This record gives sequence, structure tokens and C-alpha cells, in this order.
Amino acid sequence: MFGLENATGVVGAVGVIGVVLVEAMLLYVGYGALERAVGPAIVDALRGDR
Amino acid sequence: MIEVLGSSATVLALFAGFGVLVGVLFGFFGMGGSFLVTPALLVMGYDTDVAVASGLAFVFATSVIATLKHRDLGQVDYKLGVLMIAGTTAGIEVGKVGLHWLQGMGVADTVVSVLYVGLLGGIGAFITYTATRGGDAGFGPSEDAEAGETDLPDAAEKIQSYDVPPMIQLRGGVSVSLWMILLVAFATGLLSGFLGVGGGFIRMPALFYLVGVPVPVAVGTDLFEIVFSGGIGSFLYAMDGAVDLSVVVPLLAGSAGGARLGAAATSLVDEDEIQVYFGAMLLLGSVAVAIRNVGNAVEMPILRTVSLAVILGAAALVAGAVVVSSVRALRTESEPVTSAAD
Repeated sequence: MFGLENATGVVGAVGVIGVVLVEAMLLYVGYGALERAVGPAIVDALRGDR
Repeated sequence: MIEVLGSSATVLALFAGFGVLVGVLFGFFGMGGSFLVTPALLVMGYDTDVAVASGLAFVFATSVIATLKHRDLGQVDYKLGVLMIAGTTAGIEVGKVGLHWLQGMGVADTVVSVLYVGLLGGIGAFITYTATRGGDAGFGPSEDAEAGETDLPDAAEKIQSYDVPPMIQLRGGVSVSLWMILLVAFATGLLSGFLGVGGGFIRMPALFYLVGVPVPVAVGTDLFEIVFSGGIGSFLYAMDGAVDLSVVVPLLAGSAGGARLGAAATSLVDEDEIQVYFGAMLLLGSVAVAIRNVGNAVEMPILRTVSLAVILGAAALVAGAVVVSSVRALRTESEPVTSAAD
């Protein structure tokens, strides 16, 4: 995946962990935006307010 | 069969779904990452080093997300965190060497699985016992703990009484010997490197039960420390090419969302209600690994499937309980309050 299937050594490890870290940050930001966008409506619906 | 990023869409969906379950648990308890993931990967037939390495990388990334959420709450003791990192780093190195040595002897899979059975079963039994006993010894964030009025466990009281200098002042007015902190850190790091666990399901209770810091500080500091221990551990394994991104990427996609759900649930659900389920999940996890071991011993591949079903079922049971309890709490909040005087 991402051309890192056979990555080894320090450079390979930096690449692999970098991909994981970048994905984590993107997901944190992305899910945060999604939560802000639809979270209140979902909570209201669960409470039976709408 | 549809192929996405080198894996079948079914497998990716399975990993993402499993990630959601694990993420809910991680966000709610501040632990519960690789102790589920690594056994599941072993059951699915991945090599031990790949299962361990991918579990560590997954925990590293999930802890980054969880720590960011805890950062603003002031629940991280950085002094304690740095000491834990120092002890854990040494422990991971020793654990990694130990795992490779066992792999050379061809017994790594068995030893890792047996240790999982003991740890998951033992801790699960302990948590279930304390939860059903109904006392204040549970590790979950309670209202008292949030207010900084944690009842100090007997073991922590005893450990804090050991006046072996230098004594370290921690958040919550706790004073503990440096050597006790390093001992706990080394032991959890050893397990982290050896078994591929982030160590949260051991370290967080240990910080509360043994070191004696308040639960919120234990959770926040544990997550802060997991970022480094998981990062170091996964980096060391990645240098050997053992981290499988086709496993980690979809797992993380699910767990990042699940972690948000779990974290939000902590402000809604009475944790005492969940502890019994969590303890039961650990016990079921130990049963699953035991079933797999028996399956290997008697050469019955079907038991691998049974084992995986038990692990997935345990995660689904507890994650579902968290979600259902959250919805119930939300609806209870919205109901009109009847005065006792009425």
C-alpha cells in the first residue's frame, strides 16, 4: 500500500509511520468537522426534540 | 472480488467496522486498542510479528487522536508522562528482543497467546469483581474522581508509603517514589513490546491502583504516554517491515470515528454501569485466545473462527452497551424533572 509494502530501515519506517500519522490527523480534523456539522442535530433527534 | 488498496473490499470493511468497535472502547475507557486487535489478527492468520507491529501502529495513531481530545481538559501530568516514557522505552526494547528470541525458537505465537489469556482473564476478573462489589475501587472516571476526591486504593496507599527518595510530586497532591513509577513503566513497556499491546488496559489501572493518581489524570497521562510508546514500538517494528498498512489504515478509519463516540459517551454514561461489561469483555477475550490455542493444539481450524467470533462479539457487546446507555442517558436528560415535593 502506498508503495511501502517492502519498506524497511529507518527511511522505510519513517514513511510507514508518517502515513499512519498523517491519516490520524486527517481523520481527527475530518471527523471533527463532521461532528460539528451533524452532531447537534443527531443529539436533538435522540432526545426526541425533533 | 473488488480490490481496494491491495485488499478485498470485504476485508477492508471488516477492519473498518472492527475499528469502530475498538475506537468506541478506546475513547470511553482510554484503553482497549491492541489487546483486541492483535489477537484478532493472530486468529485471522497473520504472522505474529505483523500482528504485533500492526497492533502497535494502530494504537499509536488512535492514541494521537484520543490525546488531542483530552489535551484541553488538563488531564495530562507531563512529569509523570515523561517518567513513564523513559521506563516504557527500556521495557519495549527488552520485550522486542524477547519476542524475536521466542520467534527464533518457534514458540512466540504460543507464549504471546498464553500471556494474553492470563492478562486479559486476570484483569477482567479483577475489574468485574470490583464492579460487582459496588465499591469505590473501580477504575472508571467517577464524579468523585473528577472532583479530585478519589478514594485511594489500598495498594496505592501502601506504595505511596514507601519513602524511597527521590519522591515525585504528581497532580492530585500525590507523592510517589521515582523508582515505583519507573518500575510500573518498565513492566508495562515490557508487555507493550512483547505482546504488541499499547499497555493502556494494564497501565491505566496500574496508575490508579498502584501509583494512586486520580482517574482523570491516569487516563490523560496514559494516553499521552501511549502516543510515545506506541510510536516507538511501531517505528522499531516498521524498520523490520512488519507493519501492514492494509490492516492499519482501514482499522484507523473506523476507530477515529468510534473514539469520538466513546469520548462523547463519557460525559453521559454512568461508568459503573459499564464496568461489568468491560470486565466481561476482557474475560471473553481471554476465552477467545484460549479457544484458539486449543484449536491449534488439536488441529481444529474451526476453533479459530469460533475464537474470532468471540472477540468480535465481546467488542460489539461492550461498544453497544456504551452506545445504548448513552442514548438512554440523553433521553433521561430530556424528560421533565418531577420535584420530590410534588
